[in-house]
Amino acid sequence: MSPPRRRDREALVRPYLITGGRAHPSGRALDLTALVRTERDTGYVELGPEHGRVLRLCSGGALSIAEIAAHLELPASVTRVIVSDLVDQGRLSTLSTEWDRHGPDRELLQEVLDGLRTLR
Amino acid sequence: MGLEPSGEVYLPDSVSTAVKVLVLGPFAVGKSTFVGTLSEIPPLHTEETMTRTGAVADDPHGITEKTTTTVALDFGRRTLSDRVVLYMFGTPGQRRFLSLWEDLAHGSLGALVLADVARIEESFDVMSVLEDRGLPYAVAINDFSSVEMPPREELREAFDLLPGVPLVSCDARDRQSTAQAMISLVEYLLTPSPGQSQESA
Ligand SMILES: Nc1nc2c(ncn2[C@@H]2O[C@H](COP(=O)(O)OP(=O)(O)O)[C@@H](O)[C@H]2O)c(=O)[nH]1
Ligand SMILES: [Mg+2]
Repeated sequence: MSPPRRRDREALVRPYLITGGRAHPSGRALDLTALVRTERDTGYVELGPEHGRVLRLCSGGALSIAEIAAHLELPASVTRVIVSDLVDQGRLSTLSTEWDRHGPDRELLQEVLDGLRTLR
Repeated sequence: MGLEPSGEVYLPDSVSTAVKVLVLGPFAVGKSTFVGTLSEIPPLHTEETMTRTGAVADDPHGITEKTTTTVALDFGRRTLSDRVVLYMFGTPGQRRFLSLWEDLAHGSLGALVLADVARIEESFDVMSVLEDRGLPYAVAINDFSSVEMPPREELREAFDLLPGVPLVSCDARDRQSTAQAMISLVEYLLTPSPGQSQESA
């Protein structure tokens, strides 16, 4: 008798569990669309050259994790770890859009729709 | 793009909410084109690590192997109001990239499935996985003008679309057309579906 087949889904391990991409306080890895801002302009305690590059880029304004990764040509997993380090140091803050299992509220969807309609 | 991005590279300070939509479909169906057309910034690329543990084929002892791959993602951005920004991620829709787009799907509003009218069956895989995961989607048929577009009802039947799932034709190079495809998806998300509670419990 052969064991029951493992379903495909159970065979999947989320990337951050393996890569060590650091988790957010929520327990999830930072989303690619988490928005990153500079928190305060104190002296920088050297953590590494990549951390310095992220801080310099972010000093210009808000960007998502995905954009930071793209502009600095870093893998997303590495970017998450660096941003998390800098959040721990109080130098960056992140803002993730989280919603419950019922999904985004109608007000937000309507705002998205109105914005898209101006593009036609 | 220069090393020191400036100006509109950054989001307006007032933006506080990011929403995301996945743009899925087979190779060369127009995903990157679509994202680039709607994006307010030049499309960007990054790499996401995808790890998969899989049972070694038909191994009776349940031995598994672990493989890590990096997958290139392209994405774009469009600020939609003072407060809301939309990110669009174009990603290969094949099943072997499932763990990647399953992770991307977390927190997504929904997905646009692109299909080429000459090979619509290549989009079926994506659609069934989205259905399994409960992520709402709209189908945009990219009109490459190589084949005559069949009547809408025939297409709906061929795709076996549930009632209400939007089906639009789309030229991924055209701003109005891509905006309209995105609008169809969001209008669909705003349509109360039968059995779906309006209150959050
Ligand atoms: N005629 C036509 N060509 C398109 C359309 N969308 C994309 N293309 C072309 O098809 C090719 C593949 O598009 P691409 O966006 O790279 O596909 P991807 O692999 O899904 O990202 C490119 O040469 C595009 O210029 C469309 O709507 N109509
Ligand atoms: Mg592409």
